[in-house]
Amino acid sequence: MGKYIAQRLLLMLMTLFIITLMCFVLIRMLPAVELPPEDKHTAIVLARREAAGYNKPYLVQFGIFLKNIFTKWDWGVSDKLYFGQDVAAIFSSKLPATMVVNLYSIILSIPIGIILGIWAALKKNTWIDYTVSTLTMVTISTPSFVFAFLIQYFLSYKLGWFPFLMKAGTDWFSWSMFVSMLPAVLSLSLGTIAGFTRVTRAELTEVLTSEFMLLARTKGLTRAQATVRHALKNCMVVIVPSIFGEFVGILGGSLIIERIFGVPGVGSLYLNSINGRDYPMFMMLTVFYTTIGLLSGIVVDISYGFIDPRIKMGSKK
Amino acid sequence: MEMMDKMENNSVPYEHIPAEKFAFAQMDSRIHDTRLETKARGYFADAMLRFGKNKSSVAAAVIIGLLILYAIFAPILSSYGIDDKDKIYVSYPPYVESLSKFGIFNGAVVYQSVSDAQLKKWEAIFAETGRNPLIREIGKTKTVSKWRGQDRITYTSKVKVNKFNELGIRFRTLSYEEYNAICAWQDETGIQVLYPCVESKDILDISDDPNLWYQISDIKGTPVLDESGNFIPAYSKNKKQEIEGMEYNSLRIKGDDGSYIYYLKKSGAVNCRIDYYTYYQFVNGKAPTYLFGTNAMGQDLFMAIGVGARFSLVFAILVSAINLTIGTIYGAIQGYYGGAVDLILDRIADILSEVPFVVVTTLFQLHLAQKVGVVPAFLFAFVLTGWIGMAALTRKQFYRFKSQEFVYAARTLGASDWRLMFKHVFPNALGTIVTSCALVIPGVVSSETSMTYLGIIDLQAFAGTSIGTLMAQGQTAMTASPHAMFFPALYFALLMISFNLFGNGLRDAFNPSTRGVED
Repeated sequence: MGKYIAQRLLLMLMTLFIITLMCFVLIRMLPAVELPPEDKHTAIVLARREAAGYNKPYLVQFGIFLKNIFTKWDWGVSDKLYFGQDVAAIFSSKLPATMVVNLYSIILSIPIGIILGIWAALKKNTWIDYTVSTLTMVTISTPSFVFAFLIQYFLSYKLGWFPFLMKAGTDWFSWSMFVSMLPAVLSLSLGTIAGFTRVTRAELTEVLTSEFMLLARTKGLTRAQATVRHALKNCMVVIVPSIFGEFVGILGGSLIIERIFGVPGVGSLYLNSINGRDYPMFMMLTVFYTTIGLLSGIVVDISYGFIDPRIKMGSKK
Repeated sequence: MEMMDKMENNSVPYEHIPAEKFAFAQMDSRIHDTRLETKARGYFADAMLRFGKNKSSVAAAVIIGLLILYAIFAPILSSYGIDDKDKIYVSYPPYVESLSKFGIFNGAVVYQSVSDAQLKKWEAIFAETGRNPLIREIGKTKTVSKWRGQDRITYTSKVKVNKFNELGIRFRTLSYEEYNAICAWQDETGIQVLYPCVESKDILDISDDPNLWYQISDIKGTPVLDESGNFIPAYSKNKKQEIEGMEYNSLRIKGDDGSYIYYLKKSGAVNCRIDYYTYYQFVNGKAPTYLFGTNAMGQDLFMAIGVGARFSLVFAILVSAINLTIGTIYGAIQGYYGGAVDLILDRIADILSEVPFVVVTTLFQLHLAQKVGVVPAFLFAFVLTGWIGMAALTRKQFYRFKSQEFVYAARTLGASDWRLMFKHVFPNALGTIVTSCALVIPGVVSSETSMTYLGIIDLQAFAGTSIGTLMAQGQTAMTASPHAMFFPALYFALLMISFNLFGNGLRDAFNPSTRGVED
């Protein structure tokens, strides 16, 4: 197991390294953003660029880039959006909003999704199952900004329950903040709920028709006992790893939802850095999003090994 | 369990069935295999049959057909082009003149609280132009407030208003040619476009409200009414000959004895009060007809959605075709050769697939959009990572089929690798590959729409508009004109849902392992 994890992590680092190198070179190949001549930060930004090795060969620049990250956690200086400020500092200031919104979203959506999935599977081929399955299908197919529009229009505008945009400030766990986050949380949750419902329903229906369930009933367990002790336990093998995956995904914000609801998070920062051509910011966030994608994949894979004793990691195929 | 229950409940125990109830199944006939008399059904026909049984997928296929027909014909049927951008009718609700009588497509918007003074203004517009802005009053609320120590009661109404009629009269500066053309058009059709001028000195120096044509008593625009409750016109008769602009030989409004003036001369042009609705008819040759309303750019949404959808669909099909080709060749090589080749190619695919799509799109835009154009750069972004899923699928199918006997037989007969791959193995994998295409198309449409919605890609120069752009424009004016968001979102959501349903149905139908499960 340990060997397998080490192997996967090493592979991940290699992938990350290659992607970072590719993106880094492609970004540095672009002409550097022109700086406003009469700004007191211009001199600082120019000096920082000099130190970062602009105009040197790309591999040298990349070496300096990596060295700065590992020795000083220095990701460069923003040259457009937050002129003259450290990219890493801006990034850490944006992280809490994204994390809180996503945390609420998964706390809300995972239980609902699993319960709906179980319900649909237990009532298979009844109207309950058809309704839940249809809604799941519709929710998964419909993109999040359509929901965001519906939620914003009906809940925020027509009914006036929530504000249009997320409240400013850093009191992340206050009640008013929670209320102002809810539209964004709901928009994010619908897709996750549907995803969990679909997986749970599919897994549970498969487990329920398997032969050990029949055996469990034959040896005298009631339907409820058999379902909870045997069926649910087995279908959790698939669900729990994806829960872990979701938790890693907390860090990465949704570009669309954060933009619509004005969440001052990583996603909107990313979008702004793309549309505003802030290359150092864009570089850091690219590395960040790639890392998250890779990490959640690994976490899901490894947690399979921990949860399901039948899966032996690292053994020869 | 259930069987046991049934037997216990059965009134006649099965051990005691009387002997005469039994009969021989075949006493005289000989048992042998009969010839199959039904026609053999091929793989494709079988899949189609099973697809037809799946009602929701068939419905989805029909909806996709309708949506594609919409994309093809809406821009043709609409009398507007993508470059027709009205500057005044911006974010206006759906309106069709011939249907507005029936209470649908009547350009209705709801105002929550409207003062009596505003209602009076609409009455005045109705009196002047002959088109009533007010559709109906939904409710009235009474508000009591303290004002200088006294209770003051004000009434506000919730009303439904025709936004096209509410606009009423606009000020407009016309060139002499246009002015003369309007006069000629008025004479020809009998529709009033030009309305008499009002001098601001006659209406308490208010100069910014073109709909003020009647005598008022205060700066808020409270009208002075005559004995029978009608408005008293404040049209300029230019008695003192102070202003230039007298000769007018066209249609005159009711109640004009020929003394009203219809334009004011102003350095080579004329200032007029025009009825925008009829002026629109003069310019466009038809009354405004916006089946889905207009968007924030003043475009006809009915047409714009079609234009955006055309691009999305054509683009998605193109991307899918390219990715299908690359993916199958890549996956075929991986799956057929296996071993080290497979490992290396798999690693490359792995790395590419981990680059976030936004990054790919952005970098391609930054590097290539200047050289090859926005759309090709966008296409490259899709192609760079899009084929990976298809390659994985093909690889799996090749692993499945490559070690079967018929492949060995062909190899023994001396077939080349290429021939084995694409003549023997590939046709077996084709069903799975083609059906997954039906799920690739909505994926491409969805990503494309997200990118244009976020403004990372701007296709307006190339395609005129796109559904994502339309939705982004609709989002900005969401509360005032929800239709501008609603219609593109509806089209898009329908497209996504039905494509996914259709794709799932197709996949199940072509998957032989699910055969007989549902029966």
